[in-house]
Amino acid sequence: MTFHPKMTYGAAFHKSARELDPERDSATPFEYTSENRARFDTIVARYPPDQRRSAVLPALYLVQYQQGHITAHAMRYVAGLLGITPADVEDVTSFYSMFYTKPVGQYVLQVCRTLSCALNGAERVTRELATTLGIKPGETDPSGTFTLIEVECLGACDRAPVVMVNDAWHECVKPEDARKLVDDLKARGEAALTGCYHRIEGAALSGKSPQPMPSGVSRDGTGAGGGAPAQSKE
Amino acid sequence: MMDSLTQHVREPNSFTLDFYLQHEGYDGLRKALAMAPDAVIEVVKASGLRGRGGAGFPTGMKWQFVDKKSPNPKYIACNADESEPGTFKDHLLMERNPHLLIEGCAIGCYAIGAKVAYIYIRGEFFHVQHVLEAAIDEAYARGFLGKNILGSGFDCDVYVHRGAGAYEAGEETALLESLEGKRAQPRNKPPFPAVVGLYGCPTAVNNVETLSNVPIILTRGAEWFAKLGPEKNGGPKLFCVSGHVKRPGVYEASMTITLGELINDRAGGVRDGRTLKAVIPGGSSVPILLPNQLDTQASFDGVQKAGSLLGSAGIIVLDDTTCMVWLAENLLHFYRHESCGKCTPCREGTDWLFKILRKIERGAGQMSDLDLLTSVSNNIAGKTLCAFGDAAVTPVLTTLKYFRHEYEAHINEGRCTLPADWRAS
Repeated sequence: MTFHPKMTYGAAFHKSARELDPERDSATPFEYTSENRARFDTIVARYPPDQRRSAVLPALYLVQYQQGHITAHAMRYVAGLLGITPADVEDVTSFYSMFYTKPVGQYVLQVCRTLSCALNGAERVTRELATTLGIKPGETDPSGTFTLIEVECLGACDRAPVVMVNDAWHECVKPEDARKLVDDLKARGEAALTGCYHRIEGAALSGKSPQPMPSGVSRDGTGAGGGAPAQSKE
Repeated sequence: MMDSLTQHVREPNSFTLDFYLQHEGYDGLRKALAMAPDAVIEVVKASGLRGRGGAGFPTGMKWQFVDKKSPNPKYIACNADESEPGTFKDHLLMERNPHLLIEGCAIGCYAIGAKVAYIYIRGEFFHVQHVLEAAIDEAYARGFLGKNILGSGFDCDVYVHRGAGAYEAGEETALLESLEGKRAQPRNKPPFPAVVGLYGCPTAVNNVETLSNVPIILTRGAEWFAKLGPEKNGGPKLFCVSGHVKRPGVYEASMTITLGELINDRAGGVRDGRTLKAVIPGGSSVPILLPNQLDTQASFDGVQKAGSLLGSAGIIVLDDTTCMVWLAENLLHFYRHESCGKCTPCREGTDWLFKILRKIERGAGQMSDLDLLTSVSNNIAGKTLCAFGDAAVTPVLTTLKYFRHEYEAHINEGRCTLPADWRAS
């Protein structure tokens, strides 16, 4: 079929035949684990029954926590659950910067580069991390352990520069701390992070961990960890 | 002045319900439920509370505009997307005093006739979300949320909705789009959210700090609140001071305080051996002020009179090592990245502004670039659906206005004339 004599479109160009991304040959379709399916059902009930689409962001987070990044299979699966088209899901996935459509390392180091952090040396933190890891911002190291990216304002300007590692914060990072951060992450995982200043202070004052992790999900989907550095310090 | 919003944030367990109940917790909700919803709105109006998200619009009026006659459900959408560079006050409130916000949401719902409030929290605040959700669970368990709250017959649900990294989601209509499961892109206004908001229903969109002030107004009275500050700028205010100061942080004060007091007394002033060069008083989107304007009152009206805006009260302090061309380049990198792409002038213009600024900063600029910067800026400002366009060009126009000589020096000398030691190269 052609739309213009000089443009010979094959049938494959028509959007009904277009695939979401090159992993079309991937054999295994995506499916939530039973725990994540239960979490999804809880979340979707927070919105009016005719507005299931509202749950697309939480649904995509569950995908990302389950398998690290969001694949075309997963987008189709989420679309099916929400009653929207795969294109709708891709539209959202490609807009928000916290969703990864390609595999990332076990630890995603996100250095804030916006003004208050930059005024306090964020550029040098990025450079030191890049040198330590031997990669450029935007890349993942060969072992698949670290991905380094520069992000825009994280909202912790008083504790600049801030590095967000996966979902947890590491605050007041000095350029000379970069190598130590990488080594500590290798040795101790997210326990190496400072976490949020307010949180740690609360824990220190009360002498116990500040909060259980209620309905949250960690990277491994177990419901513990991720973003609980103060807790795991003990 | 005694702190009201952050009085207890440094104390252990300040985020727990038990602690909150020992400190006037949920008294405001109790009082509100004993009043007619319209009377609650009248109290908030009388207090003069103005929105803390940036625009400073009177909250009581916003609530009154919510179309109560509509047969559709009403909603509160709490804007916890706090992503204006230099702003970090809502983070502290939600993490250390989450019940204040939850109580504010419940009172707001009662006042406008809503049964559901969604707190749209930015994706990067995952640790805060845990605290907030735990607090919500506690509130449900003790009957401050859910069905028939405190035996009044009023039902209210509060849910946390996590964003996923988009500055634009902080714009109220873009926030609603994102809540509906779409890209965070703004809608045309009017209609305003108060008439056609979430799911096409009447919706009040309020900032975290705004809603956190509501319980205090109910407990201590509109008059107390209004008197705590200059006329039409009542109540306690959180100021975020960051950048080149000795003690960056969140400081609560009455809006009678001056910028100089905040920067020098509270935040310790600039570091030793440095001098103050400029101040951005309200998050990255507002015009800069100069050191001779430090006696400006840090109120909505005071800062506006000085030629800038209080915005989100994110005060970024710049000392004499700061290159203003670099500053504009840094901020335009932000705006270029965060432009949602809906309006062409903003999507294309921010990219061009960044490219020209980077060229000048690297020493390859020419004098005609300065007029080009102004021209591109003027073709963005006022020509976009939301205020993002105006915000994005402000760093360019304001640095050109006050520091044109730095631009010219970059061009004349063919290099950055202030390569500071905290920079990468």
